[in-house]
Amino acid sequence: MSALSSPSPAPPPPRQTPLHDRHEALGASFTDFGGWTMPVRYTSDLAEHRAVRESAGLFDISHMAEFQVAGAGAAQFLDYVMAGRMSRLPLGRAKYSLVLAEDGGIVDDVIVYRTGHERFLVVANAGNRDAVAGAFSSGSEHAPIAATFVTEPREAADAVASFASASPSPDGTDGARIEDVTDRLALIAVQGPRAEQVLRSAEGLAADDLSGLAYYAWQGGTFQEAPVFIARTGYTGEDGFELLTGDAHAESLWDALLAAGAPHGLVPAGLAARDTLRLEAGMPLYGHELSRDVGPAQAGLARVVAMDKADFVGKEGLLRRELDSGDVLVGLVAEGRRAGRAGYAVTGPDGRAVGRVTSGALSPTLGRPIAMAFVPLELAEPGTALAIDVRGTAVPAIVTTLPFYRRTT
Amino acid sequence: MTDLTSLSYTPEHEWISRDGDIATVGITDFAADKLGDVVYVDLPAVGQTVTAGEVCGEIESTKSVGELYAPVSGEVVEVNTALESDPSLINADAFGAGWLLRIRGSESVDLLDRAGYEALTDGAA
Repeated sequence: MSALSSPSPAPPPPRQTPLHDRHEALGASFTDFGGWTMPVRYTSDLAEHRAVRESAGLFDISHMAEFQVAGAGAAQFLDYVMAGRMSRLPLGRAKYSLVLAEDGGIVDDVIVYRTGHERFLVVANAGNRDAVAGAFSSGSEHAPIAATFVTEPREAADAVASFASASPSPDGTDGARIEDVTDRLALIAVQGPRAEQVLRSAEGLAADDLSGLAYYAWQGGTFQEAPVFIARTGYTGEDGFELLTGDAHAESLWDALLAAGAPHGLVPAGLAARDTLRLEAGMPLYGHELSRDVGPAQAGLARVVAMDKADFVGKEGLLRRELDSGDVLVGLVAEGRRAGRAGYAVTGPDGRAVGRVTSGALSPTLGRPIAMAFVPLELAEPGTALAIDVRGTAVPAIVTTLPFYRRTT
Repeated sequence: MTDLTSLSYTPEHEWISRDGDIATVGITDFAADKLGDVVYVDLPAVGQTVTAGEVCGEIESTKSVGELYAPVSGEVVEVNTALESDPSLINADAFGAGWLLRIRGSESVDLLDRAGYEALTDGAA
């Protein structure tokens, strides 16, 4: 069992979320992820995966980074530092977007919520918190709008309240005012077909008309009279919600959701299940499918980029890339039980390496090995027969359209 | 319940139960927990000769792959065929129904007793 023997080096001590004690009490195993100590599983990652597909799962995703961008120039600033056109995002809605480097490589993939006419919430990957802050900062040097970075700490309740209500921005800044609010917030996801029922029955949680809340939309609510931000978003391929609240309310909200969910089959679920769920749903994971070396079109994300915007960070780089687009991301489905893993070679008909796997697992839902991989465009057509080199054995795999799994309800 | 003090252990998180010249081999519950849900086990064929300290198989979970080191040199006399259809036996009963293979032979890698193995895992095992 050699894979277990080498301790991984971890120079800066990983941080703990406000729910760490809850995870310990639930008997979680932990892993370091994006600079945080996170629950990898509580009991069985397969059982947690199935619970999300069939009923519901509860995830602590407080490691995610949150930035608030506010002010009269907020939309214009985001239009410049993001690939998408945030100025057209209606109030109350969310949009998946990318932060690009000057050369068009991907700095991070994020979800942007419009929380006010002049206010947005940007949720970024934990491991890219500094990279996104850096991109906002360097983007501000050339942005057509002045940007200031807020450093003085704000009370968590104020931070949530400011985007849990849709009131106009109070600060009246001309430009854009950027604040990293990660440290004062907890983010909890309830995912699965029973998620709405779980939220409805959670004691102390008040939210109007959850059934009317559209996918990729958010609304404000209260939990024990404190503001809570409720978004119908997620990373599992199921219906579900992500709830943002102040640190101080994290444990009681977690407890309320766990108690309300138990009769519906909800279980706490860790990062292992989150990873197999998002893989089945064909969703990219930064550091695997996405990186600075990958352009949006390669990853199948060209639709996210508003190339018709006058100017934005990465536009020139993308225009240059068009000529030399590089390998593209595909789905692979194999036979048997042996899964290709990140880094394994993908081989062509003549046995030569033609690409590499970025994520792979034995799909708990499909019962077959699935993987995402980068291969040359001419081998990316669905139905193309390739193979994955699984530690010396060529396992046949067929190129397939993503996602591998799509919910039916 | 298996008496865990009656077993020998390797630093690679395998356990060995001796019966005459036959060694039954499995992985510890600590190793199974670290791997997560086991979904595939690749074991040597019956009749194959394995060498102590060398890789003789693989154990795959949803999240990772662990190499199985033969703790004893000799001939594989039996493998746990129940694992083909239900590899989760390794998670459910690592020291019992989740055993992996039986090897006829005596020469082994350096083995630990239960106290030595617990010390190795900082008491987490």
